[in-house]
Amino acid sequence: MGSQSKMAQPQSAKEKIARRIAQEMRDGYYANLGVGMPVMVANYIPEGMEVVLEAENGMLGIGPYPYEDQVDPDLINAAKEPVTEVPGTSYFDSAGSFVMIRGGHVDITVLGGMEVDEQGDLANWTVPGKKLQGMGGGMDLVAGARRVIIGMEHTTKEGKPKILKKCTLPLTGMGVVDLIVTELAVIEVTPEGLLLREVAPGVTPEDVQKVTEAKLRLAEDLKTISI
Amino acid sequence: MDRRVANADAAIEKLSDGATILMGGFGTCGNAENLVQAVIRKGVKNLTCVSNNVGTPDFGLGLLVSERRVRKLICSFPGQNRACQQQVLDGEIEIELVPQGTLVERIRAGGAGMPAFYTPTGVGTVVAEGKEVREFNGKKYLLEHALRGDFAFIKAWKGDRWGNLVYRKTARNFNPVFATAADHVIAEVEELVELGELDPDSIHTPGIFVNAIFQGTNYVKKIEKMVVRQRA
Repeated sequence: MGSQSKMAQPQSAKEKIARRIAQEMRDGYYANLGVGMPVMVANYIPEGMEVVLEAENGMLGIGPYPYEDQVDPDLINAAKEPVTEVPGTSYFDSAGSFVMIRGGHVDITVLGGMEVDEQGDLANWTVPGKKLQGMGGGMDLVAGARRVIIGMEHTTKEGKPKILKKCTLPLTGMGVVDLIVTELAVIEVTPEGLLLREVAPGVTPEDVQKVTEAKLRLAEDLKTISI
Repeated sequence: MDRRVANADAAIEKLSDGATILMGGFGTCGNAENLVQAVIRKGVKNLTCVSNNVGTPDFGLGLLVSERRVRKLICSFPGQNRACQQQVLDGEIEIELVPQGTLVERIRAGGAGMPAFYTPTGVGTVVAEGKEVREFNGKKYLLEHALRGDFAFIKAWKGDRWGNLVYRKTARNFNPVFATAADHVIAEVEELVELGELDPDSIHTPGIFVNAIFQGTNYVKKIEKMVVRQRA
């Protein structure tokens, strides 16, 4: 998917997050990328590395968006956008798709988040009283993928923390998150709580803590995010 | 043996008010377009529809919602269909949200003669409310029950008079599973071919699951979100 029609601003928060998450990919991984920013991760997978993208509607090996004359209504991704095949693509039904997802065959999933807490609980599917939403395949992905990475902006639009002691919104999964990547920090969820592993250039651990409700422990080998 | 019927209207002759219909498709991809139109013509109502999504207000299941034929929806992602959201908020439609993998597995179980199963999906969430939680090897799982339909509306690419079906690309999605779990399974295909023409190794749904088949017409195959790339 290395060819979105609109290129993001070079230094937008979303692009920084996507670039950093791409560093978590390894050759031979099967990955499911959520709708929105997570899909951007595909743009930064290093040249020559083969990462096979899964679409929960029944496809392994998602290719780039089609040119206008290649659009095929029988070939869409889970965001219901037209896509293309790559050499090696396979199709399967929805039951098979969730055998892969729930059965632990997907190496990594990248999803957005509304709230994550220090137990690794995730809330990302609904806000009560607002519009009607569904969880889609999100609850299955966090329950079954081997590694769950949440890519999100560090705070809400109002500047409120999204990384909390305890989630307040309805959960997508309990104790499911492995890694949180924001424009400010890379934070690992450990049995002892949240471990600050990396900070963005020019950002101090104190800066990150100020906009994080949960207490952050500092990694002994704290690094600067390099993208 | 001949499972062919003349058209969508003939195929749903037995459909009546209050029926439960499993509807294949992911969004507007792989939808039984002719059957939806026939339901509207027939005038049946108070339907329970099981489908991953609700389509758009003018297409697929969304059309049945717009025409106020639906009493209950069982789905994982009703999505951006505002007309549908309004009917749910107004209490006209009851909705049961089911995680996507649980939805398809409940129907797989319904077709496979399994009454229930345990899944890790939804533990600790609203989905778990009122459900048995059981621990296996130190991990928690929810008990989920099988689901079946009175009817299943299946869209395939090609089929034959025995009801053997082949799907195309991601238009396969829920269709092969839904085809196993209803009392009346109706398949509409883009091309009805002679018996023996389909490669036996490539048949996705063997005809044993299918009660009626017909060749559909005038497929729209709506694309819900158009994104294309530009040539340099």
